[in-house]
Amino acid sequence: MFALVKKLLIFLLIVFIPNLLIAKERKFNLGKIATKTEIAGWDIDVRPDGLGAPIGSGSAIIGEEVYAEQCASCHGDFGEGLDRWPELVGGEDSLDTHDPVKTTGSYWPYASTMYDYIYRAMPFGVAQSLTHDETYQVVAYLLYMNEIIEEDFVLNDKNIGKIKMPNVEGFLMPDPRPDIANISGNPCMKNCNSPTKIIGKARDIDVTPEEEKS
Amino acid sequence: MGKNKNKKIRLNRRQLLVGTASLSAIAFTSRISNSQETNPNNLPPNVPEWTSELGVGVDANPYGMPSEYENNVIRRNVEWLTASTESSVNFTPIQDLEGIVTPNGLCFERHHGGVSVINPRDYRLMINGLVDREMIFTLDDLKRFPQTNKFYFLECAANGGMEWKGSQLNGCQYTFGMVHNVQYTGVKLSDLILETGLKSKAKWVLAEGSDSSGMTRSIPIEKILDDCIIAWAMNGEALRPEQGYPARLVVPGWEGNMWVKWLRRLEFGDMPYMTREETSKYTDLLPDGKARMFTWVMDAKSVVTSPSPEKSILHKGIHQLRGLAWSGRGKIKRVDVSLDGGKNWQTAKLHDPVMSKSLARFTLPFEWNGQELLVQSRAIDETNYVQPTINELQKLRGVNSIYHNNSIATWKVNKDGTVDNVRLG
Repeated sequence: MFALVKKLLIFLLIVFIPNLLIAKERKFNLGKIATKTEIAGWDIDVRPDGLGAPIGSGSAIIGEEVYAEQCASCHGDFGEGLDRWPELVGGEDSLDTHDPVKTTGSYWPYASTMYDYIYRAMPFGVAQSLTHDETYQVVAYLLYMNEIIEEDFVLNDKNIGKIKMPNVEGFLMPDPRPDIANISGNPCMKNCNSPTKIIGKARDIDVTPEEEKS
Repeated sequence: MGKNKNKKIRLNRRQLLVGTASLSAIAFTSRISNSQETNPNNLPPNVPEWTSELGVGVDANPYGMPSEYENNVIRRNVEWLTASTESSVNFTPIQDLEGIVTPNGLCFERHHGGVSVINPRDYRLMINGLVDREMIFTLDDLKRFPQTNKFYFLECAANGGMEWKGSQLNGCQYTFGMVHNVQYTGVKLSDLILETGLKSKAKWVLAEGSDSSGMTRSIPIEKILDDCIIAWAMNGEALRPEQGYPARLVVPGWEGNMWVKWLRRLEFGDMPYMTREETSKYTDLLPDGKARMFTWVMDAKSVVTSPSPEKSILHKGIHQLRGLAWSGRGKIKRVDVSLDGGKNWQTAKLHDPVMSKSLARFTLPFEWNGQELLVQSRAIDETNYVQPTINELQKLRGVNSIYHNNSIATWKVNKDGTVDNVRLG
């Protein structure tokens, strides 16, 4: 009796274990397994909860120097934005006005995004050249300029996921579209009530690029 | 031979007169045109030079280019829009194109850190995070997976973004040209993940580019497994560098910003990553100061490409109105055209093939006898969604959304045949 059960168990194992292995096996046997070192070099994203934030720290006091050297030539000494480069500071209470100003302080919902973006894409044209500490310093400086943290606050990998940004509640999900009235597929075809008075002309605004004369 | 020469000299005098007259006619009717004089020597009963002489041989252009007479069919940008060309956009000349396929060299460009130049031998795609096996693939690896070939439109969410507050740019190209439509060849992500496996907690994918902006977007796993592709070819040839050579992400029907070019990494995670693009940029600000987030689908839209501000009407009599329609929710079912600003509509002819999440071509014959027209088109997709007017959208979303303006445009045909982008109210 015991021998029979043992045989049955062995039989079941022989039949099912390869199936379990196959389910976990690579279907096409293409590509290679990535090493931890390879992944560490490219996996640079930082999530709102702080996952992915590299070990490091910085405060606004040192950040001001790094900012002046690395950022101010485009974004201005006070984050006001030069030419058409983006403003980084200010804009509070402007989002519901005719001319909203979207800055890290007035609009960005997460401090993690500032770290992530500055490290991966800034300074413009010299991407991924800041050290982790320098990146924390610049983020701390911008948070300080936007009156979100104190000047001596030390921003680091442990607390970047806990910074509360002013506009964190400013975003709506999920997407409510289609939000228009007509999803009947049968719009008006004849004598429709549609305004036909011309109230604006692009030609009058006169910002269309002129064609070069050849 | 001598006889022919005499004929040419004699006709050259006539050409001067006729030529001057036709030149002024073109200058009057066409604001933007590749104006060329008509040469009577080439017209019947004369035999033109291209008939009597040999042309250039094969290999004169190992990679062929369009006729020199088509040199005005080019991408164009609006310089004042952006601070630098490396982080900027240009527009597809849709007013000059026919059918539904956008030629590769005319597909609009949107870069955030310029065009990366990548040797395909050095290309690697990394897949990490919540997968059974974190892996790296070469381009050759990707090409050995089962292949898919699909036509899809790609539209920037900011297409028409300058028109929210009023008609601002006087061009079909500048107001609707952030769209293109090509056939993609690539591997479906649902096939690729058979190789890496997927942990049950994986709900989101971070797609990351290897360009100087490190472009990143979060995409829900349902979309990734539904129809997303990693493409290495467009319209039968390798991706153009400005379209992400050697490999890009294809996210059918969803905003172009998510179609990460020069794709280097896909990370699977259990929550969205809230990247700069999907928080500070591609969110749609409403009048109350709140902003919609994760508005991915491109709603149904259409545009009349001719007549249009760049395509004046040059003759009285019969014309073929042309246009394009598309929807991120599926196939275009019908397109209506109005010539009187939306009072009365007629249904245009839709041309085969009409494919899901692809541009569709429509035409409608019309007579023009010098009268003013207010030309509009209105797309209806297979979900029965009807393309809205700008007034409808403004009522719901105000004027500061920037993105997802899919409203009906109005082209006013003037009595001289020129065409203006106008706003009705």
